[in-house]
Amino acid sequence: MNWYLVIDVMPRLLSGALLTLLLAALSVLAGLLIALPLSLLRSSSSGMLSRPVLAYTFVFRGTPLLVQLFLIYYGAGQIEWIRTTPAWTILKEPYWCALIAFSLNNAAYTTEILRGGIRAVPAGEVEAAKALGMSYSLRTRRIVLPIAFRLALPAYANEVVLMLKASSLASTITIMELTGTARKIVAQTFSPYEVFISAALIYLAITFVVVRAFARLERRLAHHLERTEKNNGKDPVHNDPTQELDSDPVLRQEAR
Amino acid sequence: MTLLQGFGDQIVAGAITTLQVALTSLVLGIAVGLGGALAKVSGIGALRWLADSYTTIVRGIPELLIILILYFGGTVALTALLGRYVEVDAFAAGVFALTIVFGAYATEVFRAAFLAVPRSQIEAAHALALSKALTFRLVILPQMWRYALPGLGNLWLTLLKDTALISVVGLEDLMRKASVAAGATHDPLTFYLTAAALYLTFTSVSLAGLALLEQRAGRGVRISE
Repeated sequence: MNWYLVIDVMPRLLSGALLTLLLAALSVLAGLLIALPLSLLRSSSSGMLSRPVLAYTFVFRGTPLLVQLFLIYYGAGQIEWIRTTPAWTILKEPYWCALIAFSLNNAAYTTEILRGGIRAVPAGEVEAAKALGMSYSLRTRRIVLPIAFRLALPAYANEVVLMLKASSLASTITIMELTGTARKIVAQTFSPYEVFISAALIYLAITFVVVRAFARLERRLAHHLERTEKNNGKDPVHNDPTQELDSDPVLRQEAR
Repeated sequence: MTLLQGFGDQIVAGAITTLQVALTSLVLGIAVGLGGALAKVSGIGALRWLADSYTTIVRGIPELLIILILYFGGTVALTALLGRYVEVDAFAAGVFALTIVFGAYATEVFRAAFLAVPRSQIEAAHALALSKALTFRLVILPQMWRYALPGLGNLWLTLLKDTALISVVGLEDLMRKASVAAGATHDPLTFYLTAAALYLTFTSVSLAGLALLEQRAGRGVRISE
């Protein structure tokens, strides 16, 4: 190991890492925005609504991201009429192509993850919301999505880490993110160990931070559950001990 | 064969290579995963630490970077070792890289499956005076299989798609053949769509196969509800 080389190339790798972070963050954000409505459609009991979404997630989850990336980057330019539209100014930029491919791919996985969360929302919660006269949009916003998101969070955290790693594919269409920068430096110096392992360590550090952040978020969102878990085996979601004391006259007296 | 502007044969050959890489990595990766899982549940501190480091490091690094490290790193190592320029075979480097990746994730799947086998089963095996090796082979492994199958199925689908990454270091797989044909004919749309359709076929067939396997693995289980 040539440590001078490692120190020498570190600034360039770190600036590449910044682009990796930006690409991954924007793709995850766009993916989530696309996945939110799609996951609701996908959970719909109407086949008219859920089937097109299923087709979308099936195709994007069933083919390699690299193929999707190349289709958008190389394939889009081949269609004559696209070249004449303003969309071409976007589609000829590798950066935008990567962002589009990553977002669509990420959205497909996120849709299925969120759907899993939505399906796991206890039916009683939804019934209670209906009994209170909540409209579909209100109970989706206040009841279904918050619970679904909490339940889906561990799987979603995995997906974010996968997206972070998948952003390395951008290097195949000339984007100089972390992997792209590393490949360029290796081509110049032919010291694959020093450079690639340095890049790997940067990826490891980023994943570590992301995993920790999600673990914290998970704990925060489950905060209201921890307190009641001691109430042996009763449904933790519905069981807030203070509420029970207030509503049950006998218990309330004993508490005083 | 004039199918696909004369590139039909090439695409088929690439698809076969893709399947070969995936299946070889699957078999080797399952072996690595079983070994890793045993190390994690072994109770031997050093082994557990080793397995923990392995899974943490590999799962935190992009697959593409692992392939690049093994391919270019392997070339440098072999060249230094043999004193002349040697290029690593892309197939070997690719299988090695994918085995390492699959093995890391499979370790976690097998570990979870191992822990899901009821303790009483192992105690019963002890009561029957089965040796440790026999207990593992006859009692634990068949039951682990059922718990591990859904997780392994997902990993297989990921593996199948990850083979496309090896095209970056020049393996003549489906993806690479599609790229070459796209470059030669200036018709990327046709060839990448063909590749996508073939990958989709592989994953669809896999999904159907996995459903059958899961049904078979669960045949001895009473269904409650």
